Formats: sequence, structure tokens, C-alpha cells
Amino acid sequence: MPSEANLGAMPFDEETRTALEASRREGRALTETERAIVGAEALTPLEAIERSRQSADRADHAPGSRQPMIINLGPQHPSTHGVLRLVTQLDGEVIRDLHPVIGYLHTGIEKQCENKTYWQAITLVTRMDYLASYFNTAAYTMAVERLLGLEVPERAQYIRVIMMEINRIASHLVWLGTSGLELGAMTMMFYSYREREKALDLGEMIAGDRMNTRFFQVGGCADDIPQGFEQRVRTWIDELPGHIDTWEGMLSTNPIWVDRTRGVGVLPADELLNLGVTGPVLRAAGVDLDLRRANPYCGYEHFDFQVPLGTAGDSYDRYTVRMREMRESARIIQQALDGLPEGRHIADDRKVVLPPRGELATSMEALIHHFKLVTEGFTVPEGESYVAVESPRGELGCYVVADGTPKPRRVHMRDPSFVNLQALRPMARGAYLADLVTMIGSLDNVMGGVDR
Amino acid sequence: MSEVAAAIEAACPGAVLADLEHVGETTVEIAADHLLTVARFIQGAPLSFTLLSDVTCADFPEHADAGRFRLAYHLYAPESGRRVRLRVWAGAEDPEVPSVTPVWRTADWHERETYDMFGVRFAGHPDLARILMPLDWEGHPLRRDYPLGGEEVVFTDAE
Amino acid sequence: MALIPPPGSPIERAPRTDESIDRDLREVEEREFEKGLLTTTIDKAIAWAQTGSMWPATFGLACCAIEMMHVSMPRTDIARFGMENFRASPRQADLLIVSGRVSQKMAPVLRRIYDQMLEPKWVISMGACASTGGVFNNYALVQGVDKVVPVDVYVPGCPPRPEGLLEGIMVLHRKVGARGQKSNADLRREALAAESR
Repeated sequence: MPSEANLGAMPFDEETRTALEASRREGRALTETERAIVGAEALTPLEAIERSRQSADRADHAPGSRQPMIINLGPQHPSTHGVLRLVTQLDGEVIRDLHPVIGYLHTGIEKQCENKTYWQAITLVTRMDYLASYFNTAAYTMAVERLLGLEVPERAQYIRVIMMEINRIASHLVWLGTSGLELGAMTMMFYSYREREKALDLGEMIAGDRMNTRFFQVGGCADDIPQGFEQRVRTWIDELPGHIDTWEGMLSTNPIWVDRTRGVGVLPADELLNLGVTGPVLRAAGVDLDLRRANPYCGYEHFDFQVPLGTAGDSYDRYTVRMREMRESARIIQQALDGLPEGRHIADDRKVVLPPRGELATSMEALIHHFKLVTEGFTVPEGESYVAVESPRGELGCYVVADGTPKPRRVHMRDPSFVNLQALRPMARGAYLADLVTMIGSLDNVMGGVDR
Repeated sequence: MSEVAAAIEAACPGAVLADLEHVGETTVEIAADHLLTVARFIQGAPLSFTLLSDVTCADFPEHADAGRFRLAYHLYAPESGRRVRLRVWAGAEDPEVPSVTPVWRTADWHERETYDMFGVRFAGHPDLARILMPLDWEGHPLRRDYPLGGEEVVFTDAE
Repeated sequence: MALIPPPGSPIERAPRTDESIDRDLREVEEREFEKGLLTTTIDKAIAWAQTGSMWPATFGLACCAIEMMHVSMPRTDIARFGMENFRASPRQADLLIVSGRVSQKMAPVLRRIYDQMLEPKWVISMGACASTGGVFNNYALVQGVDKVVPVDVYVPGCPPRPEGLLEGIMVLHRKVGARGQKSNADLRREALAAESR
């Protein structure tokens, strides 16, 4: 990497120059990441080739004597699961250092939420981690409910659990398909997406949209489950364990799959915890931390399920943990359908909850409530709350600061993808470049959640 | 006074500025100078809040005298399942607080994001660069005085 | 001698309409068909080839990218149209599906990818965010990807269903297949050339 002193002599492109100017504007030196990006962009491709050739000529066989080659992966790269950019420094095929550059999907959702009313913001938070949209809305609505002191009916909580677990399976299916595709098991993609289509059909049936529904409302769910829904869910989850058996039969003892995942991306459990990593990645390292079990919400304490754990903490263990989690999710859905209590699907509080559609034609009061809620929204008393749920990727927390107006003062999502991605750098140092693909796949980060 | 706040006050006298229970969540307000000591204490036994869930900030321009930028550190103790929120005011002019990266490495990106979005600087952070916005971006988008931006939408029926 | 003949003079002929050309072509076709040959125009043949295997670039941005993946999966199966071959390198791709929101940080990258694609190339703007910015009217997003690259087909939806994207692709195929129809990239280039002249 060029030092800062000799950067001045190098030809710069526009982005590099402005980065330097920005650091001067703030009166500070370039930081490590900035230097890495500037280093990656300072040379034209031809100059970079020439430089590595000179360096190879000079180097002897002692390790570390060569200049690192800087390779820029992404933001458009087929195996980075979105628009992740990695500035990697390579010594041959070994990664010496790696700087993730994120923000290519930064959507400004948190700022936008501050300019919307509480119930309008539900639509926006859905689109953060788009593979776990039900979890986003669950964390957000639960944070608002906590500030309002609103009780959610038990039936609504059960429906939430059903939808979240369906969503968890659907999200794990994307992970299974894409990481299978990247490691040469292309068939997995077709099998897992076939099942995912059925999961999305269920979402469509209950809320009218396949992916980004705003089915969870403050106070409960937008509607009760439709007729025939229960039967379709049962058919789907009855078939699922059989399908998982098939997939495991194709992967678990497959020599290519095992060789490419065993011992790849290992970090000790305490280091993972210090890095804030949660979810299947942490559980694969043997740490029994599942918020559904540790701090039950939405009535998870009523269900009997296991928290799958790994031992080695490598990519293979992450694979087995996720596969077993899908089975457990199917079990939870089964129990929730069996024990679905009677009652309302949403709280009966006219100050917060929209009146039923049917009443609008007959009741003047309902019409007024509806009008006031839609135009002004509801006010939330001053305070702050942080609610965390166990999303498919780990602890998904929502921090809401209310200032007594109909609009939130601050909505912040603690997204597990964002935090888990930090572990990539310590994981990848000293590993082979080809294993980087396995590591990214096993972290299962969603860039929409990383950049928000 | 809550149990956590009492323990902090006993270990680091003068660190706790306020202590409140609201909607079932414990919040302890900490003086900015004591933040790193408190972080070291709270991370170790016996409290062992080993997981730093989240670091974020909220902007209160109307509370400029209190410090305007209110940082929130959400901590979690995996053994006991307890949560606590540490709150620190960063100051309205040239906001700066000590970085907690020596205690929790996960704070690295959280603090970079807070710096990027609010312009709060973290003293002792190893790599305080912008993270979400382009490196040459001017201004800090999540400040309340930063405009939302975007484009004016003109509807065809609005004469 | 006048260059333009006066009206009614014997050398003026009625301009040939498309129908009359088609009629003549049909006659030729029928004659040749009996000999076991098919005739067509070069334009038609090229358009047929282009719509038969239009390779999209692997360019996923956000939620729409997941639905874009669904398009190539068993239910909707884009392979029926010779398009399952998503190319990781823009140099091998004909079609850029902008699937999701384009941030200010991503816009230069997107433009570079578009520039790296070889002619002829087409762009589909998939979803509300790519087309107009969608619900996110703020500082971070480009309000419509057509500010950065010329777009041929817009697909509405948030995100569009796989069937929706498939319909957009069909519209693009019809657009390419229609004789004399230029891609928006061509039109923009011609306009720029006219401006510089």
C-alpha cells in the first residue's frame, strides 16, 4: 500500500482526490480504510500490473517480501450477496488484509422514518433487511407498542410467530440456494427456491404481497388469517422436513461441500461475542444465545423447540445449524397452528388501531377515528425503547425515541448483517481468496440490512 | 437507584449522572469523561455485559445546553439475559466522546456510523472514516438540521 | 431540367407503403417456400437472434434482486426465453436489469457497468425505487435510474412479481423485434451527435 507521502506523486481519479480533500477539510489525516480505498483507486489497471510485476521481480522466497497485490472485489460481484465491496490485499492467493466498503445501498430509511408518522414508517422499515421483512416490522411495532403500553392480543402474537417462522425458513432458503450456487452445488438453488415460492405464496395469501408486506401493525396484525391458510401452511410444513432430508443427503457428506466449508471462517466464541456477532454464526461456535429462548417475546415461551448448536464454529457448522433451525421453525409453526387461541387479531384501541373496514359505512365515530389516524397518526408519549428479536441472522434490535409528537424522533435498527459483517476481516486474514466466498456466504449478510 | 447504576456508582464514583426506569428498560446516564472506565467495569464480572448490541445517537437541537447529541449504548448480558442502556451527552459544539472500541471491538462500525450520520467524533477510535456515505460527502445526514433532500413531487391533478 | 418534377408528370410514382413492400415480400416468400427456403430481412433476422438469447448482467441491488432470482427459478423459468444465463461480467451481457434502489454512492458504479457493456445493450428499470425513487424521496437515493443510464422498459411494483418482470422482458423483446425501433441508448447517442454538430 502506498504511504501517504508518495500518494501526492500518483495520478488520482476524481473520487480519490475528493476523499483527500474531505479529510483535509476536517483537518485530519486519512484513516486506515480511507488509505486502503485511495490505494486501490490511485493506480490505473495497467500501472497496477506493472507495479506487481516489478514487485515480483524484486521479491525473494521469504514470506512477506512481496508487495501485496490489491484486488478490488465488488460492488458488483456475483458472490458478495449484493453490493458489498472488498478491497483485498493479496500475497499470492493468501489474503493479507481486507477492508469491507459498504454503503452502496444506503437508502436513508432512518432519516425518512423521522419524517413520517409512526404507522407510515412501518412500510419503510420493511425494506431494510428485505429477506427478513416480518422481523423488521415486528421489532419496530413492538418498540412502539412498548412505548404506548399497548397490550397485543394473544391470537395476534401467535399469528406473528407463524409469519416470522415462515419468514425465517424463507430467508434460510435464500441462504441455502445462493451459497450452494457459489460453492458449485447449483441444484440447491432450484430446490430451495421451489420451496421458497410456496412460502411467498403464503405471504401473498395473508397480506397480498410476496415479500415486503406491512402485515404487522402497531397493536397486532392487519387482518385475521384467511380461510384455507391454515391448511396450506400445514401441507407446506409437513412436506418440508422431507425436502430438508433430501438436501442434507446431497450436501452433508458431499466431499466438495465438506472440503470447502470444513475449517473455513473459524473464530473463537469469545472473539465473536466481542465482535457483536449473534445468530447462527455465534450458535455454530457453541454459544447458546437465542433471544427466543433467552428473552421470550410474542409468546415464544409457550413453544417447545430446540436451539441448534455447533461445536467447531466453521462454515460447515453454520450450515448444519441453519438446516436444523428450519426443522425447528417448522415445529414451532405446527405448535402455533395447533394452539392458535380465539380472539381478536389486533388490539381494541381506537386511538391507535384503524377501525374495521366494515364499520366505516355504518359508524360516524369509526369514520372520524379512521380519518384522524390516516391524516395525523397517533401520538406516542415521550420516551425511548429498544426491542430485540431473533432474526434469521441474529439479534435485530429496534431503537425508537419518541418526543410526544405523531412522528418518531429517531428510529434506529441494530441490524445483525451490519454487525456480523465486521467479523469478515478477522476471519479472512491469512485465508485463501477462494475461501472468502464461503465466508461471505456463511455469514449470510443482506446488504439492505447492512446499509439501510 | 437501580442495581446496575448502584454498582457503577460504587465502582466509579461520580460517573452516574441520572438513572431511570421507563417502560421496563433501565437507563443509566454517564458522564462522558467516565465512559471508558464504566465500559471496562460493566463488561467484566460481576455485571458481565459482554455483548454490546448497539451504539447510536439521537439529535436534540433544542437541548443544546445539555449537549444536543445523546448517545445510547445498548448492552446485553448473555448469562443473565439482562439489558441496560448507557446514555451519554456528547456536547453541541464539536461533539466528542471517548471510543469504547478497546472494550468491545464491535463498537468499531457502530461508532463509524454514528460519526458518519451525526458528526460525533470518538476519541481513540482506530479508523474513524465515513462508512455509509461516500468519503467526500459533506454534512451529516441524520442531524435534525440536515434537510431530508429528495425531489419535489408534482402531482398532475394539483393545479 | 427541373430537379423536382411537376405534379402529375409521368416519372412521379406513388411512394411505396409498408403494406405494398410486405405484399411483394410475401409473394417472394411464397415462391421461395415452395423451393424449401425462407426469406426475411436482415433487420428481422438480427432482431430474432437478439431476442432469442438476451443475456442479463448479474446485477442485484436490493429486494427486487431476490425477485429477479426467482424469475430464473423453476416456477417462472426465464430459460424458456433463452435468458437464464446471467453473466457476471458486464462485457458479456446485453441487458442490465437495475433491480432495486440506486444510491448516490452506487450511481457512478452503475454508470461504469453500463459503459462496460457492449453494443447493442438494453436497460430494464425494475421496481419503484429504480424507476422513480419509490417511497424513498431523500438525500441518499437517485430519484430514478434514468438520470444515470437510458432506460428501455420500466417495470412497476415494490418489488414487482417475477411475472411482472417477465412481462417487462416480453415488452422489451417486442420492442427489439419491431422493425426500425431503436433502443433508448441509440436515440440518446443520436441526439448527442446532433447536439455536437
